[in-house]
Amino acid sequence: MANVTKKELVERVSQRTGLNQLDTKLVVETFLDAVGKALQSGRNIEIRGFGRFKVKQQKAHTARNPRTNESVKVDERFKPIFEASNKLRDRVSETIMKDR
Amino acid sequence: MSAVTKKDLVQAVSDETGLTQIDAKVVVEELLESISEVLQEGSSIEIRGFGTFYTKIRKPRPARNIRTGETVPLSERVVPLFRYSAELRDKIDRAAKGGPIEPIFLEV
Repeated sequence: MANVTKKELVERVSQRTGLNQLDTKLVVETFLDAVGKALQSGRNIEIRGFGRFKVKQQKAHTARNPRTNESVKVDERFKPIFEASNKLRDRVSETIMKDR
Repeated sequence: MSAVTKKDLVQAVSDETGLTQIDAKVVVEELLESISEVLQEGSSIEIRGFGTFYTKIRKPRPARNIRTGETVPLSERVVPLFRYSAELRDKIDRAAKGGPIEPIFLEV
């Protein structure tokens, strides 16, 4: 399946808005940068109709290496997650299934 | 702390780029729309240093209605997912442990 890069995404957005590609690239990068920085400052991001970016705290625990059966300590860590909104889930699921 | 909304992100984009909030809002909305559209087309979006939006087919499985206890079939479906890049994951983990807040793209 095709993979779209940031460059191609910028081209799409530019076509839709009429804003030139250079300025569009700046907006796209500034937007993603703001998302990344909010997550780094411990805040969740909620975008209606799209989804939520959030950080989950994972407590320190002991895990087992399934291959060697060895116990390994896993430190406390902060794991970012993304939850797609119902709207996005419905859109993706309907369209792709229809094409099959 | 309350969640960051699209409005806050539009404000940040407007401040950084000098675009009016109305123009910044249009571009941000078209960006989100474009990402959704690419996922709908069955393609993925890979953004270096940030992460990858992609879709995955979930196999059909029997599910249970929690209220009635009835078993209902859940058909095959496609779900949108996002995988954070290793760089961003590390930045978030470091910042949560007291490290500095780092930019995602060097040129911004």
